[in-house]
Parts: sequence; structure tokens; C-alpha cells
Amino acid sequence: MLPGVDQTSEGNVPSSPWMNPPVHRERGGAARPGLTWCARVGPLLLVAALALLVMAEPAFAQVPAGRDYGDFPIIGGRAAVWIAAQVHLLFAAFVLGVPMFAVVTEAIGMFGGDDRYDKLSKEFTRLLLVAYSATAIWGGILLFLLITIYPTLFSYLAQIFNLSMWIYVGLFFFESFTLYLYYYGWDRWKKGRAKWFHWGLGIALNVWGTIVMFIANGWLTYMMSPPAEVTVDTAPQMVNLWMALTNATWMPINIHRLIANVVFGGAVVGAYAAYRFLAAKSDEERAHYDWMGYVGNMIAIGALIILPFAGYWLGREIYEFNQQMGITMMGGFMSWLWIIQAFLIGVLFLAGNYYLWVGMGRIPGAERFMPYTKYMLAVLIVGVIVWATPNTMIASREEFAAMGGTHHPFLSVLGLMSGKNTAVNFMILTTFLSFLLYRRANKEPVVPWARTGTIVQGAIFIVASAIVLFYGIYGYMVPTLVRIGFSVYQVLTVLACIIGVITIDMLMLRGATSRGEIQWGRMPARSQYALFILAVTFTWLMGLMGFARSGIRQHWHVFEVIRDTSPWAATPALGYSSVVISACVLIFFGLVAFIFWLGSLAEKPVISSVGQAAAPGGMQSELQPAPSEG
Amino acid sequence: MNTKPWKHPLGQAAIVVVLAYLVFEWGIWLLPPLFGVASAPVPATVVLQYMGTVVVGVLIWVSDSEERWKQFKAPIHRVMVDPRQKVLRTALMVTIPLLVAFMTFDRVRPTVSAPAALRSVHPAPPGQIDFRGETMVLNGLENPLRHEGDFNEHYEEGKRVYVQNCMPCHGDALDGQGHFASAFNPAPLSFQDPGTIVQLTESFVFWRIAKGGPGLPREATPWDSAMPAWEDSLTAEEIWQVIIYLYEQTGWEPRTWEEEGAEGEEH
Repeated sequence: MLPGVDQTSEGNVPSSPWMNPPVHRERGGAARPGLTWCARVGPLLLVAALALLVMAEPAFAQVPAGRDYGDFPIIGGRAAVWIAAQVHLLFAAFVLGVPMFAVVTEAIGMFGGDDRYDKLSKEFTRLLLVAYSATAIWGGILLFLLITIYPTLFSYLAQIFNLSMWIYVGLFFFESFTLYLYYYGWDRWKKGRAKWFHWGLGIALNVWGTIVMFIANGWLTYMMSPPAEVTVDTAPQMVNLWMALTNATWMPINIHRLIANVVFGGAVVGAYAAYRFLAAKSDEERAHYDWMGYVGNMIAIGALIILPFAGYWLGREIYEFNQQMGITMMGGFMSWLWIIQAFLIGVLFLAGNYYLWVGMGRIPGAERFMPYTKYMLAVLIVGVIVWATPNTMIASREEFAAMGGTHHPFLSVLGLMSGKNTAVNFMILTTFLSFLLYRRANKEPVVPWARTGTIVQGAIFIVASAIVLFYGIYGYMVPTLVRIGFSVYQVLTVLACIIGVITIDMLMLRGATSRGEIQWGRMPARSQYALFILAVTFTWLMGLMGFARSGIRQHWHVFEVIRDTSPWAATPALGYSSVVISACVLIFFGLVAFIFWLGSLAEKPVISSVGQAAAPGGMQSELQPAPSEG
Repeated sequence: MNTKPWKHPLGQAAIVVVLAYLVFEWGIWLLPPLFGVASAPVPATVVLQYMGTVVVGVLIWVSDSEERWKQFKAPIHRVMVDPRQKVLRTALMVTIPLLVAFMTFDRVRPTVSAPAALRSVHPAPPGQIDFRGETMVLNGLENPLRHEGDFNEHYEEGKRVYVQNCMPCHGDALDGQGHFASAFNPAPLSFQDPGTIVQLTESFVFWRIAKGGPGLPREATPWDSAMPAWEDSLTAEEIWQVIIYLYEQTGWEPRTWEEEGAEGEEH
């Protein structure tokens, strides 16, 4: 018998309170002969009295009929599932993100003939092995918690998604064994065609992982945006699987998560490198992990720059699916999360730029650019201030009275989208400029048009800034709907600037001479904490914005189809949510720290043997990155 | 090493922090009115937020170069370890904890005022409302009077409704400065503000006028709104007319519904 289905009633009427109410059939029967009236009614009264007593007990009043919801000690069922889902997702993001750039760095090593990229790729992959186990363990915890705490909901979802669940576990099997082959076959399939086969394994690993993620995304997005045909009365068996999977927000979430996984993977790898850098015993190790941290950071920040476009698409799809849901997310109480998000992304920008600026201290020639960092920092700080200024401020009664309302008469203009979009676009442009200066720090272009090229690059920056500023100011003078369109122009301008400037830069630095080698490893310890901050901030952001996405369903398990009738149906307050999410971040990093430590246990003998075997000169030549890396 | 404090990184950092505080605490409040722009004191939460950002920025600046970082730390280190700085060190060791203790006391001491509140002024509207026994679907709803009857008449009628019912609180200039405004805290909304009706569809404004403070959803707590539910005394037509008046008089364009959905505004 399927859970949640009362087969004693006619036509298998679901017993769940959020579906049709249970049908209670009268079970007729003649009174037993020989019993007096009193004897017949007495037990009935006794039972009724007992039932009344039991029903009057407040604890029982909270329990929904049947067994739709289980409980979990102390923290409650919802928090238990929440934590399991969030930590599972964090590990999943890591194990899906890292293979993407492991394959890319392996390809760089293959096609560029630079062996250190191959080694870097292998080191990335080694982190995956334990992380895979952790992902699976948390996935198992989540599954069992769902079955025991939300049995009826799980039964409903299983009836729709059963086939996709079987494919999911099958692919997980393939994925795991592909990973084992990919890692353990690294040294065996190192040369010639075997290397191509090995690289193919890496691609297969990504393909399996991406399909697995797409399937799971189908389940969760169905809960958020079920197809319009599915109503409260639709039996789960009647829901078309493909329609359920490919719902309105499925593809935007897929793309958003795909990019975010790369960002997250890069950030966690950067944190790993920072940890190893700080724990390094030799200059060679320090140089290697300095370089690894740099690569991880570049991957994270590079992917981060395109992430807002995917987020914008997801936001639009949410609005298109249900305007009210969109307003709850952006304009209602969830809007405070966007202020927190602005802060945290501000931290990301500041930490990313700080890492680059401190890193310029190890590049000969970078000193000529250092005087400009304070101006870039000023732009970033003003950008963070503008972006995180709330339209409706948190204020006391006296402050409200002094302001003449809940809006500050002068600062409220910064709370609007025009100001915020302008600020964030300037922050992206500034970060790009930092990267450009870092890249050029030790290079001296030799092409005859170098000066003209630099002037053109500067002109592109000025024009892009002017366009962004123009639309930012003009946005205050046009209707809201027109203003929303301006953000697209601003973003396209910034993208065009990035593409134009980097194209010129690549052509201009062809055959450039070097002002000196990058002194890898000569990074102050404080720079490595910037990498930790990046990883922790990304993790926090994922938890917070994941809560926003999930929370906008409010009191629905499946939006406007299955109502949440559990004691935890109310949308949690922001403070409580922040505590739960922070707990998830702590659990995740506690486990990740353990994984990092395991990585260092395995690493020691490998590094020395690789170093000795690879070059007569020892580890120096093995681990020291190329001089002009930048 | 420079002896002039304003040329030393520590001195410069201190100057930036103090200047930033002056700007946030008094500059934003007092300077714009000199140029005819309205302003007000900045709430403490926002000053704290801004100062946090500036302090982080200052720390980034002093530490992004090894040389500057050493210079920045040197006087602090000297005060901490140099035997000749014992008096200053002792003074700081006493003053700083006292300052922190005072700030802590100042934040937690009981006051008669309510604590700062996180308040949603533009809560998510319901998908539909009951208006005088009839169901109105708000999603996609536009002001019907923009396409019916004589627009000028609607405007004039809206003006009459506004003057009779809304002006005492929201003011004759629609700036929230009506005769009764000072009796309310928070003050009545200023429709001239770029963050109010210009952000909203007319159906949202209809909902707020019809249901008022009592009809605010749970997410908008603490409600703190004295706005009456006007559905008890105004007809739907009168509410739509007064909405026309609000937008025409302020010059704002109401937010329109996008055919294929629209992106929201941040709070």
C-alpha cells in the first residue's frame, strides 16, 4: 500500500489533509442482542469521554491527522531537512564544479605542453574523492530524513519522479566509477592516445554530473513552479514526468547552478590552496600553493562576473511564472536578503581585489600601478555603500520621525535599482581593471602600437563608465518598466568593454618582454585569509539565496498544489534562517577542513617523490610555476 | 618615517575614519539643505553599516602594500611593547575597554522607545482581494478609468476625493506633510518620493487604499500604519480616480504590467 493512500475508503481517496478530506464511511451494524441500552451506550460514552480528554491535550492538537509529518528532536523536522539539504547541496556544488575546471586545466596541460597544469588538475581531483563520499552521505541523510519526516510529500514526489529517481541513482553509480578511473588512472594513462582517453573520462565525469544535477533540479523546481496543468486535484500518477521536470524555472536554475558551481569550486580550491600555503614547510610548497590559490581565485572571480546574468534570467522566469512570487522575493520581506546579498557580494569584490593588489607585491614592475589601487578601492567602497543602502531603513521611532517617514529624503534614491545597478557595474569594471593591471604588471609590450592600444583601452573604459552612469541617472526619470530595461544596456556595455579591452590586451602583449619573474610564494599570510573569506562568503551566499528561492513558496510544499500543513509551515524569520544557514556553513567547512587535512596526509610522500622523479633539480623545477604566469 | 601624522598611514587611516563618520552622521543631514535638497539625520543602523564598510576599506588600503602595512603597524607595535610608552599604553588599556563598555551599555540600557524595526513598506500584495463582496484579481489589473470616460473628470473627481479624505495626512503638496502628519509616527507617505508610488502598479495602490493599515499582510509587521481601510467609505471608482490624481499631480508614471512578466525592484 502506498503511504498516504487510505485503501479502506472508496476509490483510494488520499488521506492527506492537503488533498481531498478523508471520506469516513459509516460502518453500519445492528446492536448485539441481549445487551441493555445502558450497556450499549455506556462504553460509547466512555470512549467519547476519553477521546475528548485526548483531543483536549494541546500537544495532540498540533499533530495533523494521519502520518503526514514526522518530527526530529530539538531542532524540529524542517530544520533537520533544511540542514541536510543545504550541506548536501554544498558538497554537490563542490564535486560538480571542480571536475569542470579540472578538465579544463588538464586540457591546458595537454595542449600547451605544460605539465604543471596536469599536476594541478590531478590535485583538484584528489580533493573530489573524499568530497564525493561526503556528498553521498549527506544525500543519504537527506533522503532518510525526507522519508521519515515528510513521508506523504515524499510519496507524492516519488509517484511523479520515480523513473527519474532510478536514472539518478544509476548515473551516480557511473559518475563515481568514472571518477575513480579518472583519478587512479591518471599516471597510467599519461601519454599519447591514453591521455586522450583519460581526458575523455574527465569529460564523461562532467556529463554524468551535469545530468545528475539537472534531474535533481527538476524535482526541486517542480515544487517551486509546477506546470499550470497540475492543480490541487491532480493525482500524482497523472502528472507527466517530462512536463514536471522541464517546468518554468528548471533551465534557469540549471544554468545558474552550473556557473555557480564553477565559482564555488574555484573558491573552495582557493581556500584549500590557502590552507596548504599557510601550512607549507618549504618555499617550493609555498610557491606551488600560491599559484594554485591564484588559479582557484581567478576561476571563481571569472565565473562570478557572468553569474548575475543567469540570476537575472532566473528572476525573470520567477516573475513570469507568478508575479506575486516575484514580488515576495524582491519587494516583500525577502527583500532584506538582497541587502544582505549586496553586502556579501561587496565582500567578495573587496576580497577578490585585495588578493590581486597584495599579489602585485610579488610581481616586478607592479609598483608602477600600485598608486592607482586607492582610487579603485574608493570606487569599490562607494559601490558597496550604494548597493547596500536599503530603500526602507531599519530605524527607531525617533529616527522615523526625524526622517519624516520610513524613507530617508536624501538617501532613498540610493535604495532604487538605478543606483544599485550603476554601483555594481562600476564594481565589475573596477575589478576587471584590477585584473588587467595585475596581468600587465611584469609585461612590457613590444608592438609598435602599444601606446595607441593603451589609449584606446582607456577610452573604452571611459565610454563604458559614461554609458553606465548615463543610464543610472536617466533611470530616475523614466517609468519603472523602462528603467528595468536600462539594466540590460548597462550590463551589455560592461560586457562589451571587457571583451574589447581584453582582446586589445591579448594582441598587444604578444611577444611582450618580462620585467621580471613573478615571485610565487612571496605572498604575505594575510592575502591567504582573503581566499578563506571568499570561500566562506560564497558558501553563505548560496545558503541565503537558496533560502530566498525556496522560501518564496511560503506555505506550500508544491506551489499552489500541495499545502504545507506541518507545524513548520510558516516562513521562518530572517534571524532564524540566518542562524540555520550559518550552522550549515559551519558544518560544511568543519567537514571540508577535515578533507583538506586528509589531503595533506596523502600529499606529503607524493610531492617529494614526484619532485625527485620529475627533474634532477628536485622540486624547484617541478613545482615552480612559469615565470610569466599572470 | 614621516613625523607629520597626516602623512603617516595610521594618521591617514584615522583621518579617513573620522571624516567618514562626520559625513555620515552630520554631512548627509546638513549639507544637502544648503543646496536646497531635503535631507534628514541618517538612522544609526545605516551609519553603522556605512562605517563598517569604510573601516574595511581603510584596512584594505593600509595592508595591500607590505611597506604601508609595516608603517601602519609600527606605532601600534611601539605603543604595545616600548617601555617608554608605558603611560600611553596604560591609558589606552583603560580607555579602550571603558569606551567599549560604555558603547555596550548605551546599546543595551533600557529606554522608553521601541527598538529599531525591520519593516516592509511594500509587502507582497495578495493575488486577489475581496472588495465590498466582490473578488478583484490584482495580478494584471490596470486602472479601468484610464480607458473609460473623461480623463479630466476623473482627475478632478480624484482631486475632490483627495482633498476631502487624504489631504489632512498626506498634505496638499502630496509630500506627507498634512496638518495631522506630525501626530503620526511613522509619518504619512510622501507621494513625491521616488521610492513610493512610482515603484508600484495602480492595482497595488488600490489595494493599499482599499484595505489600509488593517489589511497589511503578516510580513509587513510591525504594521505601524494609521491608514484607514477606505473600502468602507469610498467606491471603487473613487479610489481609481484618486489614484489618477496622485500620479497626475506628482508627475510620476505608474508602474505597468509587463506582458511577459517583469523584474522586481530591490527594497
